Amino acid sequence: MSDVPYGEISRNGLWNNNPALVQLLGLCPLLAVTGSVVNALGLGLATMAVLIGSNITVSLIRNQVSDAIRTPAFVMIIATFTTCTEMLMKAYTYELYQILGIFIPLIVTNCAILGRAEAFASKQPLLPAAFDGLMMGLGFGAVLLVLGAIREIIGSGTLFANMDLLFGPMAANWGLQLFGDNYGFLVMILPPGAFLVTGLLIALKNIIDSRQQARLAETQAAPVQGSKRVRTTGTIQ
Amino acid sequence: MGSQLEKSMALNGRVLGLFALITSLLLAGTHLGTKDKIADSQRRAAQKALLEIIPEERHDNDILTDTLTIPQHYWSVLGLKKGGELHLARKAGEVFAIIVPAVAPDGYSGDITMIVGIHLDGSVAGVRVLNHSETPGLGDKVELKKNPWVLSFDGKSLGSPPAARWKVKKDKGDFDQFTGATITPRAVVAQVARALHYFSEDKTRIIKASASIPQPQAATTGTSTPSTSPADSTGETP
Repeated sequence: MSDVPYGEISRNGLWNNNPALVQLLGLCPLLAVTGSVVNALGLGLATMAVLIGSNITVSLIRNQVSDAIRTPAFVMIIATFTTCTEMLMKAYTYELYQILGIFIPLIVTNCAILGRAEAFASKQPLLPAAFDGLMMGLGFGAVLLVLGAIREIIGSGTLFANMDLLFGPMAANWGLQLFGDNYGFLVMILPPGAFLVTGLLIALKNIIDSRQQARLAETQAAPVQGSKRVRTTGTIQ
Repeated sequence: MGSQLEKSMALNGRVLGLFALITSLLLAGTHLGTKDKIADSQRRAAQKALLEIIPEERHDNDILTDTLTIPQHYWSVLGLKKGGELHLARKAGEVFAIIVPAVAPDGYSGDITMIVGIHLDGSVAGVRVLNHSETPGLGDKVELKKNPWVLSFDGKSLGSPPAARWKVKKDKGDFDQFTGATITPRAVVAQVARALHYFSEDKTRIIKASASIPQPQAATTGTSTPSTSPADSTGETP
């Protein structure tokens, strides 16, 4: 159990192999529902629940199912978890369910989920598979959330508006009105805004990655010059 | 070779069948577990809009289930394609207002579904837009959440303003339009006016039919103000 590479799995899910920014999977819901934080969070949580459930189940049955029927079996599992999630959301967060509408059942077609089932969960034991589901879900959800926050701030001038749809009456006052009452920047609420912000986020991630790579290359080169120090063994980090 | 193929096909078929069985059991379980809660949530969501128009303290019946079917020849006036029911609001058994569903077919992008509350004297008790796909930021100001515009209908009737002025200001009427969006409010104003027309035509039938619906007199549902005595309810005239 201890040899599960948790660090690597989390780095992959959250950053290096992020389903939304690197694998570019599940873009349809990503672009469609991120008009506000509450929508993004709702769909992010729903997707994460399905991802964890399907990864666990796929991992459990990976030795029982032959290659020929693997895909239909996986799709059946994913569809089941999605429908269960849909029913639960309908029961407990009905208004949010109404807003997200078709994108809840469409989680079935989110390729990030089938992709993880095929690429990871079907080859790994239970724990890493479940953890991978959690991390991929978190990575996807985080991008949704950032996208939702940026679009809500620029598009409607609010942040965390209508959070009571998800957290009940106690969250009714969480909303922040950042600019004036009549503020609105239409493009950001409409789909083009989603494309713009997603593109900028991907660019930002690439900038950070290339900076990091450059710094890494520098530190690897450093010891040669750094040997002016008194100590000649080891490098100072 | 053939028999091996057959064997693997049979095995795969069995495994898939087993899967279908297990997943449907899981679905059935979730369905049974959430069924009542879902019905409850749906009911509450439907009731919420009705209660916004006629608040809890103004009526003592169950608005959601106290309904009359709308006759088919009125469907087109109200824009209803599949028919519908109007809700009755009563105090001490007496109907004092109704809530009619209406659909404006000529929104900027498709139908605008709303409900219109009408007092017995023909004045508007309230209008709420339930569903629409108008442009966010422009046409969606017909939602109360976004803009108080729909409240401007309250208290208006076909006599005041006169029927000719049931239009947006741009068309020389009495109602505001929004900057950048005239088509949406124009559609809503016209449909509210049509709903009022419908009520004035169907009023006598509604009152007669609603009187014949048996009311649970003593055993009121208890959800609304149970302490209200019949004496003070007569003071409630809209």
